[in-house]
Amino acid sequence: MAQDIIRAESFFDRRFGISSRDLEKVLAKALEKKADYADLYFEYRVNEAITLEEGMVKNSSRSTANGVGVRVLAESKTGYAFTDDITIENLALAAHTAQHIAQDRESLTPIPVGEKGSRAHDLYPVKTQATEVPLEKKIALLHEMDRFARNMDPRIKNVFVSLASEHKVVLIASSQGWVVGDIQPLTRLNITCIVEQEGNRQVGSYGGGGRVEFDFFTGKKDYERYTREAVRQALLNLEAAAAPAGMMDVVLGPGWPGILLHEAIGHGLEADFNRKKVSAFSGRIGQRVASELCTVVDDGTIPSRRGSLNLDDEGTPTHRTVLIEKGILKGYMQDRLNGALMKATLTGNGRRESYAHIPMPRMTNTFMLAGETAPEDIIRSVKKGLYAVAFGGGQVDITNGKFVFSASEAYLIENGKVTRPVKGATLIGNGPDVLTRVSMVGSDLKLDEGIGTCGKDGQSVPVGVGLPTIKIDGMTVGGTVS
Amino acid sequence: MERLELSPELARDILHQAKAKGASQGDLLMVESDSFFVTVRLGEIEKISQAQEKRLGLRLFFGASSATASTSDISKGSIERLVDETCAMARSTAQDEYSGLPAPEECARTFLDLDLLDDSGRALSVEERSRLALETEKTALDYDRRITNSEGAEFSNQAGRVIYANSHGFSGEYQGSTYGLSVVPVAALDGMMQRDYWYSSQRKFSRLESPESVGRKAAARVLRRLGARKIKTREVPVVFEPEIAATLLRHLSGALSGYSLYKGASFLIGKLGDKIASELITVVDDGTIPAALGSKPFDGEGLSTGRRTVVEKGVLQSYLLDTYSGRKLGYPSTGNAARSVGEPPGVAPTNFYLSPGSFSPEKIIASVEEGFYVTELIGFGVNLVTGDYSRGAAGIWIEKGELTYPVEEVTIAGNLKEILLNIEMVGNDLEMRDRICAPTVKISRMTVAGD
Repeated sequence: MAQDIIRAESFFDRRFGISSRDLEKVLAKALEKKADYADLYFEYRVNEAITLEEGMVKNSSRSTANGVGVRVLAESKTGYAFTDDITIENLALAAHTAQHIAQDRESLTPIPVGEKGSRAHDLYPVKTQATEVPLEKKIALLHEMDRFARNMDPRIKNVFVSLASEHKVVLIASSQGWVVGDIQPLTRLNITCIVEQEGNRQVGSYGGGGRVEFDFFTGKKDYERYTREAVRQALLNLEAAAAPAGMMDVVLGPGWPGILLHEAIGHGLEADFNRKKVSAFSGRIGQRVASELCTVVDDGTIPSRRGSLNLDDEGTPTHRTVLIEKGILKGYMQDRLNGALMKATLTGNGRRESYAHIPMPRMTNTFMLAGETAPEDIIRSVKKGLYAVAFGGGQVDITNGKFVFSASEAYLIENGKVTRPVKGATLIGNGPDVLTRVSMVGSDLKLDEGIGTCGKDGQSVPVGVGLPTIKIDGMTVGGTVS
Repeated sequence: MERLELSPELARDILHQAKAKGASQGDLLMVESDSFFVTVRLGEIEKISQAQEKRLGLRLFFGASSATASTSDISKGSIERLVDETCAMARSTAQDEYSGLPAPEECARTFLDLDLLDDSGRALSVEERSRLALETEKTALDYDRRITNSEGAEFSNQAGRVIYANSHGFSGEYQGSTYGLSVVPVAALDGMMQRDYWYSSQRKFSRLESPESVGRKAAARVLRRLGARKIKTREVPVVFEPEIAATLLRHLSGALSGYSLYKGASFLIGKLGDKIASELITVVDDGTIPAALGSKPFDGEGLSTGRRTVVEKGVLQSYLLDTYSGRKLGYPSTGNAARSVGEPPGVAPTNFYLSPGSFSPEKIIASVEEGFYVTELIGFGVNLVTGDYSRGAAGIWIEKGELTYPVEEVTIAGNLKEILLNIEMVGNDLEMRDRICAPTVKISRMTVAGD
């Protein structure tokens, strides 16, 4: 990564003519009125989107954005200003605006803000950014998937394929005197199929990606696997019966169902909510919040994953943070502001959508460690319940702990056997309670394919989730058949 | 490099450059905005953010193929690169016979003055803006002893300018502002916490609800959730309060979008002229309401916006279309082209509302022997292809026509096709407080899943 710092720094110097001396001056200006900390976040980003529908790539779009955010921390206050016109004058103006909050500071004792941290990663070395691969090559892949899907089944009425790629260069300069940079690739390939049979129209979707090169999709022909999955799901939904309603045992399949962890406990363990004591998990460190089969981590250091980062958006190297160990709540996910106010070690979870956004504690890749039970034995243990293997989105109210996530592929379990497919339904539960009902954990931990995006306070960031097969003793399933 | 000012002249100049490089048609959207917000929490300022942004997005056609690109770097060199890049991309995309700008005669000739800009926000000091948020939060915190905490209150204001031009020679611009005030109080009872919110959002500063009003409503909303419990799974009548009823209109607008329809991704395909909802349902899309949040003088392709009855007494009268999706379906655009800089047009409603009925919300609740008054929905369990609907819900249980105890950790489920047909009462309490609004509605039956 050392190389990336230099590359990122020279990148902004070359592009905007801003030297490290200029950065120092701006930071001094930002700190001027008794602030604890100041930083600058420079960002240059290229986003490209190519979509195919009705057998045609009808449009492709590309956007270039650059800007800088100036942040000043004084006690619990944040002053922020950003501009997309990166000049010394605008930086100085932004610094002046941001330090407004330090004016009426009450205590003169500065609050120590976490240091940079020394661990460096190089998690996503990429030779060619996906945004730089010739358009023709990408268009050819989209067409290949369209053909592949349509050849699979005559009931396929339409196929949508989208490829979204991002190339982001960031540079963070801190009033502690350090400058770090990173080059962050990100790409994602999605396919959606619509099938129709006797007027019954259903949809299936699949996709994957990560901080990887374009060849990720073609190397092992992952694109064929995504296509087969989308078609399979859509056709399966043609057969699906109405979903059951009420409390029952639920078995979650491995991988993407890990969204359960993200919603049920992940958000509730972000430090901002806990410092403010508005989370259902506030003040519960050291307490049992899950069965002893459950160990849950947030790990931003897994190579090439969508949720991974060499350093978070405040320049802190990412970590593997144990959130729950054998059922006991161990820690929160921190950013710089909350870490300083809670006197906690930084965990590398300070993230932001872009230079136009203030950092806050966010998840990276959140998953449960594997257990020892064979997945088949888990299903065999259920008399009557739901087996859910694919999910759409989820949401949580962190204050009362209630969370939902919506299944897009699910089956009934009857007498230890997976029987009929049922329509998607929302599952609802209580965060601090749901993991205490986990009675079996499978040996088959899987991470998701790399398509997750998390929204908080209007900011979207890429994340990952993971789960082995687990059994939850009693959860409310929101179908229509009571 | 020197940064250029956004102007209709610059737009025309860029379109000329593109034409010289072989583009047959093109359009350009430019947006600049100033934005500010301050959040306060427990009586102190927590965050202040201030920004200026400018963006420029170009769409070019080479015959029937097209591409779009955008940049925030508004300099001569960057714009030249943008034009080259867009040309290169457009040459490699497919020939699509339905693509292209609207016909020249469809573009707006005159622009309504919709009174969208209120500049008075600029004169407010940071202290005055902070005070509005502080007063809002204080009102909520002082309202009741059980309100013990807060996720904060926020005051925000934006002002912006939109310039749109196309190669037919159309060029137009408008300015607009928005002001917002909101608060999220937290209340506790027996160690269990609840939060709720209220907000006011307006184009005119003077129309913003007062800090006292926003604070009081948020406080009342959070208090009524304390002591919530789960209930047994059952099928009952369900009443949606206005904020929740508006989410049904959001799903309706999604299913009526020309893009969902021609893609085969809507449960309302081929239903034009059919009864899709109860006869109590009349839905209007009106982009011409003075000073309303969703109003604009022309849409994202330069067509005049208008007032259109989308559903009349339950019968579907119109889809929501832009030029492209309209051509795909064989209809003219309805002036609903929505544009974000750097993306091809999509479709969105302007001001989209369910016309009020004759019942007071109290009358509606009084009509329910046993049922569920829904005040919050969470999750994404709505499938617009099939209409299948299953969402997490919280609210208040209705017994013998009266609101009784709060309920949480339940889901409500059904299918949107039936939900729309099963609306059996519509309230008289429509308030145009957002782009998509509805009064209270009662749905005759839904499955509520709990224990």
